[in-house]
Parts: sequence; C-alpha cells; structure tokens
Amino acid sequence: MKKLRNRQTGKPANNGPAPLCSHSLRDVENHYCAGCGHGIIHRLVCEAIDELSIRERVIGVAPVGCAVIAYDYWDFDVTEAAHGRTPAVATGIKRVRPNNIVFTYQGDGDLAAIGTAEIIHAANRGENITVVFVNNGVYGMTGGQMAPTTLAGQKTATTIHGRSLRREGYPLKILEMLSVLPGTKYAERVAVNSAHEVLRAKRAILKAFKMQMEGKGFSIVEVLSMCPTYWGMTPIQAADRIKNEVATFYPLGVIKSC
Amino acid sequence: MTKKLLMCGNEACGEGAILAGCKFYAGYPITPQNELTAYMAKRMYETGGSFIQAESELAAVNMVFGAAAAGARAMTSSSSPGVSLKQEGISYLAACEIPAVIVNMQRGGPGLGNIGPSQADYFQAVKGGGHGDYRLIVLAPASAQEMLDLTFLAFDLADKYRTPSFILGDGLLGQMMEPITIPSKLQPKEYQKPWALTGCKGRKPNILRSLLLGDGALEEHNKKLQLKFAAIKDAEVHCQCFNTKDADIIIVAYGSVARISKAAMEAARAKGIKVGLIRPITLWPFPEKIIEAAARTAKKFLVVEMSAGQMVEDVRLAVGDKAKVSFYGRMGGGVPDDKEILREIETLI
Ligand SMILES: Cc1ncc(C[n+]2csc(CCOP(=O)(O)OP(=O)(O)O)c2C)c(N)n1
Ligand code: SF4
Repeated sequence: MKKLRNRQTGKPANNGPAPLCSHSLRDVENHYCAGCGHGIIHRLVCEAIDELSIRERVIGVAPVGCAVIAYDYWDFDVTEAAHGRTPAVATGIKRVRPNNIVFTYQGDGDLAAIGTAEIIHAANRGENITVVFVNNGVYGMTGGQMAPTTLAGQKTATTIHGRSLRREGYPLKILEMLSVLPGTKYAERVAVNSAHEVLRAKRAILKAFKMQMEGKGFSIVEVLSMCPTYWGMTPIQAADRIKNEVATFYPLGVIKSC
Repeated sequence: MTKKLLMCGNEACGEGAILAGCKFYAGYPITPQNELTAYMAKRMYETGGSFIQAESELAAVNMVFGAAAAGARAMTSSSSPGVSLKQEGISYLAACEIPAVIVNMQRGGPGLGNIGPSQADYFQAVKGGGHGDYRLIVLAPASAQEMLDLTFLAFDLADKYRTPSFILGDGLLGQMMEPITIPSKLQPKEYQKPWALTGCKGRKPNILRSLLLGDGALEEHNKKLQLKFAAIKDAEVHCQCFNTKDADIIIVAYGSVARISKAAMEAARAKGIKVGLIRPITLWPFPEKIIEAAARTAKKFLVVEMSAGQMVEDVRLAVGDKAKVSFYGRMGGGVPDDKEILREIETLI
C-alpha cells in the first residue's frame, strides 16, 4: 500500500503505521471527538471506493450533521445538501449522470427525522444510489438532542429523564421500514464497535456500492455508531453500549438482499 | 424555419426550457401550473431528459440542486404555496452558486388561498424569500410567447452568472392559450462548468458547499456574491416603456397586469389623457434608473398590481419625491380590468 503524505509538508503522515487506505481519504487531522464512529465510517467508505477503483467516478452527498464537512476528509467530488434533502440531491445527480457512483452519507437526524420523506421516496423509486446511514441515536452536531432512533429510556438534552415511549414515541427502525419497499434492493445493519464488526461493516459498504455498479437499485447500510460525547461515556463504554444495548434493539445483519 | 404553435403559457414555459437544453425537471402538482409539469413529463421523455414527479416541492428543488450541481440545465416549477416550500433549496442554490431555473405561476394567498391569479409573491421573489443575503434574477413574462422567450433567457442568465434565476408568472398567464412563434435559429449558448460534479477524473475534486466556518470565510463569500449581484444589476435590466416621453401619468405594472394596463393606457390616450406605461421585465434587477428618469417629466405614477402593494415600494424608492405615486391593487385572485384602471387614472387628473 502507498504511504500517505501530509499535503502541506510533504512528509510521511505521522499517525502511526502506514494507513491501510490511500487515495480517497485525505491525510488531515479530523475534528471528530475521541471514540466517535464517524471517522471509522469515513475510512470504510474510502477503502471501499479505492478497492472498487471508483474514486474518479464517485460523487458523494454530505449531510447536515457532525459529518457535514466530510469533504475535508474525502478526496473526490462532494456536495453538501440541505438537512435531510440528501437523497433528493443524490437523485438529481444520479439521474443526469447515471454512470457516476452516487452515495449519500447521513446521520439519524438527517435521514430518520427531517429527511424521512426523501429517503422513503428515493428507496421507493428504486433510485440506483447507495446510502450510508449513521445511527448514533442522538443529534451530535446540535448538542445531543433526541433523535428518532434514541432508545427508550435514553437520556439526551431534550429527554432529560430518559426517552418516554408514551411522550416521545418509539425508536424508529428505518431499515425494517425501507425493506418492505420493493425499490429497496439491499439493506444491511452493521456496527463499528469492534474490529470484527468494522470488517463486516466494510463488507456491507462494498456490497452496497457493488449493487449500484451493477445497476441493481437502492442500497442502504445502517451503521450503529458511537457518540461518546453525548452518551456521556468513555469511548470504550460507548463501544460496549453498542453491543449490550443498541444492537439488541437494532439487530445486526442483512435485513434485505435481492 | 420558424414554427407557429397554439399553447398555454405553462406549456410555452416548458417548451422554452426544452429549447434551452433543459435536461432535468422535477415538480409536484399544484394548480394553476399543472400543464407545465405534464408538458415536461411528455417532453423530457421525448428529448431523453429526466422527469421526476417528486414527493414534495422541497424534494423537487433539491433534486434540481443535484442535477444542476452535476452540470445539467435543470428546472422546477410550482405555484405560491409550493414555492414557499422551495425557498430552502433556492437559498442553497444561490449560496453554492448553482445555476437553475425556478418558476412560480402565482395564485391567490396567503395560506392555501385560491387558484386565481395573483402577484402577491413579489416580495418573496424579489427581496430574497429564503434565508441569507442573496438575490435572484427575476423575469416577469406578460404573454405565452414571453413565457417561452424569458424561460430560454432565464437558463442563459443562470449559467452566465452561476446563480439561480426565477420566472414570476401568474395563473392567468399560465392558463391563457395564445399563438407562439419558435424562431428557427434558437440555439442555447454553451457554458463551461469546470465547477460541476462529474467525478474527479483528470482533475482535483470539486466541492460544492455553503458552510464556511473559517474565520471571515463566510463574509468573504458573501462579498463575492454581492459583487456578482452588482454586476447583474449593471448589465441585465430589461424593461419596456410605452408613451412615457410626453406622459403626465405613468402606469407601472408587470406581467399580465401590464397588458391590461396597456389597454387602459390606450383608452386614456383616446380620451386625450397623456398616459404612459413602464413595464419591468426584470423585477430584479429593477429598472429603477428608468423610472427615476421618467419621474423627471411625469407628474404622477400609478402602480397597478394583483397584490396589496408590493412592487409599489420599489417604484416609490425610485421616484423619491420627484412625483406622486399612487397604487391600485386587487387581491386574493381578483384581476383588475382596463375600465377599472382607467377609472383610477381619471381620479388622478
Ligand atoms: C433545516 C435545518 N434544521 C436544523 C438544523 C440544525 N441541525 C444541524 S445538524 C442537526 C442534527 C444532526 O443530527 P444527525 O443527523 O443525527 O447527525 P450527527 O450530528 O449525530 O452525526 C440539526 C438539527 C439545520 N442545519 N437545518
Ligand atoms: S458529537 Fe458525537 S457524533 Fe459528533 S463528533 Fe462528537 S462523538 Fe461524533
């Protein structure tokens, strides 16, 4: 593998051993909190893109959320989208450039709250795009408020005594919802709380991109991700919480594949 | 060879877009612009473009954002309540400097209102509409022919300045059937779009963004946008003047109301009253210098609108204290006729 170099200094990157992926991930410091899942997921997306040799064909759509400046890390064409409109923007791009590989990267506020209509209809139209859906159970960027995916009893900035099912309703299982739509061709839920799960997550993202390259239609990978900051935990506790709590409500694995 | 066709304004708008090389259209049904959505569904299919009936106006304008970001000429259309929903996307288009065309065939408001024609969205179109400091190039057609011509022009101006442009019509214009002529040599100008997202083969990656967090970065971006808007203001004012040289009273009206006002002007002239008409074709940039110049000779101005009085504010700014500015308006789908306007003129003598 090629060793990354710092773009400013030209020196080999000093972040430990030679990184595993090269072209698509920029060698820059990241702004995510310690133990955040976004950094890992960015990297998995880039590795998948490099392994499929599609960097020069890829167009990414970044969300509004902690990952809004994903384009500072990704070294390929990227546009921002208004909050939740991410799949609509991707639809417009893909329709006029069907030979490009178009994906959205969205948090659970972006995809499961404000952008629910856009994601359901993009899936239902069978848009040939790929969606990377980062479920961390909170709104990270705005200060840890409740997301539609927040678990029952979970304390957030807007559910200070814990999410009450009676008051705030039920955590939304987006993949299960989308799976009933014929337009959804591939839906898998993965996690990034351990090396083992990270490898599975990578395989799922690869598969989702491949589905698009084969013209199969709408593919989505939901990634259960850590937000130690707004879970009020250390990175290790947050990773454990995914295994012990989050994944027991949101089961991992392929939800739909055709 | 030129082609003659009978079309309603909505269809003429669609044909103008097709002639301009529009390759993507997304819309959501709303009266009185449904003929345009239906026309685009048919013509996009015939010309190999993409048509999407979106899940909402929000989705439609953001699909247009995507298609235009990828370099295609793209358009969306709606009527007043739907255009309110598009404001988010319009602000992002302006911020990211993505050229696209948005059409509003206005209907009576506020709220759900009715499906009668209206000009009550002037402020929304001309003064911003969405959040932030931006301007739209706003064109106001007054016939089916101009629905075609000005839509064609809107695409050109959008690409030329890398900014969204806007057609402000109304339900009357959209529904009215009129003969239109399609010139044989209408060729859209091609613009290079090195900023477009096409995949980064052979070049550095392109990023389209409106979030600028660096120290002073957003202020710099705003300054750059304002320079562009200033250049548009200098170069793109379009306006028609009728009988203004010797006029004592000048009517200022746009769109369908300008046509009705022209009939009123002619009736007044027949009675020996010296009336002229200024018809802004671009509502932004506004023909303020032309109006200001006319105010040096005319004594009175009468602004006629299908609103409670919106453009009249811009006319007052242009006229200053040089002449008296009166207003006559109809609201909520009401359309003034030439006799009403003539009566109004007579009260000014
Ligand atoms: C229209 C609009 N509403 C609200 C916001 C404020 N906002 C920014 S990010 C965000 C939530 C992001 O949460 P999520 O999608 O879960 O992503 P995360 O930050 O957790 O990665 C909100 C509400 C906005 N930018 N635009
Ligand atoms: S707030 Fe949460 S999601 Fe955002 S960067 Fe920090 S850990 Fe990650």
